[in-house]
Amino acid sequence: MSELTSTLVAPAALRPPVPAKARRLGLSRGVRLLLAWPVPLALLALWWLAARYEWVAPQVLPAPDVVAATFRDLLVSGELWDNLVVSFWRVVWGFVAGASVGLLLGVAMGLSASVKDYIYPTFKAFSQIPVLGWLPLLMLLVGIDEALKIILIAKAAAVPIALNTYKGIQNVPTQYIELARVYGFSRRQLLQKVVFPAALAPIWNGIRYGLTHAWLALVVVELLASSEGLGYMIVYGRQLFQLDVVMAAVVVVGAVGFALDKLLALTEAWLLRWRRQ
Amino acid sequence: MSIHIPDPLQAAATAVSLEAGTLTAAPADAPARRLGVPRVLRGWVLPALLLLLWWAAVRFGWSTSPLLVAPAKVWQTAVAQAESGELWVALGASLWRNLAGFVLGASLGLLFGIALGLSRLFEALVGPSFHTLKQISLFAWIPLISVWFGLGDMAKVVFLSLAAFFPMVLNTFEGIRSVPRESLEVARVFAFSRWQLLTRVVLPAASPSIFAGVHLALIYAWLATLGAEYLLVSGKGIGNTMIDGREHFWMDLVLFGVIVVGLVGFSLNWLATQLEKRLLAWRGRSVAQFN
Repeated sequence: MSELTSTLVAPAALRPPVPAKARRLGLSRGVRLLLAWPVPLALLALWWLAARYEWVAPQVLPAPDVVAATFRDLLVSGELWDNLVVSFWRVVWGFVAGASVGLLLGVAMGLSASVKDYIYPTFKAFSQIPVLGWLPLLMLLVGIDEALKIILIAKAAAVPIALNTYKGIQNVPTQYIELARVYGFSRRQLLQKVVFPAALAPIWNGIRYGLTHAWLALVVVELLASSEGLGYMIVYGRQLFQLDVVMAAVVVVGAVGFALDKLLALTEAWLLRWRRQ
Repeated sequence: MSIHIPDPLQAAATAVSLEAGTLTAAPADAPARRLGVPRVLRGWVLPALLLLLWWAAVRFGWSTSPLLVAPAKVWQTAVAQAESGELWVALGASLWRNLAGFVLGASLGLLFGIALGLSRLFEALVGPSFHTLKQISLFAWIPLISVWFGLGDMAKVVFLSLAAFFPMVLNTFEGIRSVPRESLEVARVFAFSRWQLLTRVVLPAASPSIFAGVHLALIYAWLATLGAEYLLVSGKGIGNTMIDGREHFWMDLVLFGVIVVGLVGFSLNWLATQLEKRLLAWRGRSVAQFN
C-alpha cells in the first residue's frame, strides 16, 4: 500500500497546479466574503471589552477608539504624514541603489560563467549575513545618519534581486538558445529577444522580494538608529508607553508594505501581458 | 560579457546532466586554460584580494581611522573570545532562544497551515485576517511584544516564534492545496479514512513545500534572534556582544561578531538543506521511477 501510495504521489512534482476554480468548490465568493468578517470583528469586540473593563492596564492595551482617535490626531497634525514621507524616500533611494547593484550582479553572473566563478562564492557569503548582522559594523563605519539607512536598505534589496536575476537567466531553456542560433541571431538580438523576455518573470519576482526586504530593513534600522520615520514613531511611542501611537504607526507600516507589493504585482501583470497572448 | 552558446555535441552531453538548460554549459577546460586560474580556485580570488586590501590599508596607514583594525587583531579577539568562554556563553544563549522560538513557531505554523489547507470553512473564516496580519513588518511587533511580555527571554522567544510561524503556515498551506486531484481520487477508490487520507496522501504530497517552510522558518528565526537582541537589550547573546562592541568602538569585536553571525546562518542553512535532502530521499526515488 505504501509503495503504491509513494508512486502515486510522485506525479505531484510534474502535474500543473490545481485550477483555481476547483479550489472554490463548496463556498461561493459571496459566502467567503461574509465569512471573512466574524474573526476580526470578534477580536475587535474582545479588544474593546478588555480595555473597557480594564482586564489589562490602558498603558498596555489602549482601547480601539483611543487608537482611532490618535490616528486621526496624528493625521491632522501632519506628524504621521511627515514621518511616512521620510520613510518612503529612504526606501525608494535604498531600493533603487540596491536594485541597480542586484540586477547588474545577477545579469553578469547569469551571462558569464567566468564572472559567476569569481564572484558568486563571495556574494553568497555576504548574503548569508543578514542586514541586522551588518548594522553594528556599519554604524561604526558610517555613523547613524542617512548613509547607514540607505546602505542597509540597498543591501537588503540587492540580495534577492541578484539571486533571482542570476537564476532566471541560468534557467532559460537551452531550446530557446538553439532556436535563436538557427535563426542566426546576433548576440544583442539573443539577449533582447530571447534571454531577457524568458527571464523576466523570475527577475520581477526578485524585484518584488527586494522591495519587501527593503521595507523590512527600513523598519528595523529606523527602530534602532533613527530620529525620524515610521520606525522611529514606533520606538518613541513605546518609550513613552503611548501604545496607541505604536499601534497607529504599525498599521501604517503594514498598509504601506501591502500597497508597495500590490503596485509591483500590477506592474508585473502589465509587463508580462504578452505571455498570455 | 559573452554568452557561452553550447555547440550541438556539448548541448547533447549537457542534456543528460542536471545542468541541462543552463546558459553556462561551456567546456570546463577552455576558460580555466585561457585565464590561468583553475576553476575550483576562482571563488577564492576575490576574498583573497579583499583580505590583502584590508591588510595593506592598515599596514601602510592608508586610513588614520582608529576603526580600521588589522585582520590579525580580529583573529586575536576571536581566540580570546573562544578561550575565555564568552563566545560560547553568548552563542549558546542565542542558539537556545533561536531553537525554542523555531520549534514553537514552526509547530504552531504547521498545525495552522494544515487547518487552513484542509478546511475551506476555516480558510474563509481565518485566512483573510492571517494574511492581513502577515503584512505587518515582523520587527514592528517588537515594541508591542516588549510591553506585553517584558524584555527578557519570554518576549524574545515569543518574537522568534512569530518569525518562524508565518513562513511555516504559508508553505504548509500551499503544499496541501497543491496536492494533485488524481491522488485524492485514488485515495477515495481505496476508501481511505480521513486520517489515512491525511497521513498517506496529503502530507507526503505536501512535504516538499512543508520542508521549504521549515527551512525558511529556521532562517527567519535566526534573523529575528539578532533583532530581538538589539531591540530587547538585556541578557546574553551574540547580538548583545556586537552591540557592546559598537558602543565601545571595539571594531575587532564587531567584525568578529559579523563573522560568527554569518557562520551560524550558513550552518543553519546547510543543516536545513541536508535534513531536507535526507527526509525527501524517498520522493526522489519515486520521481525517478515515474520518469
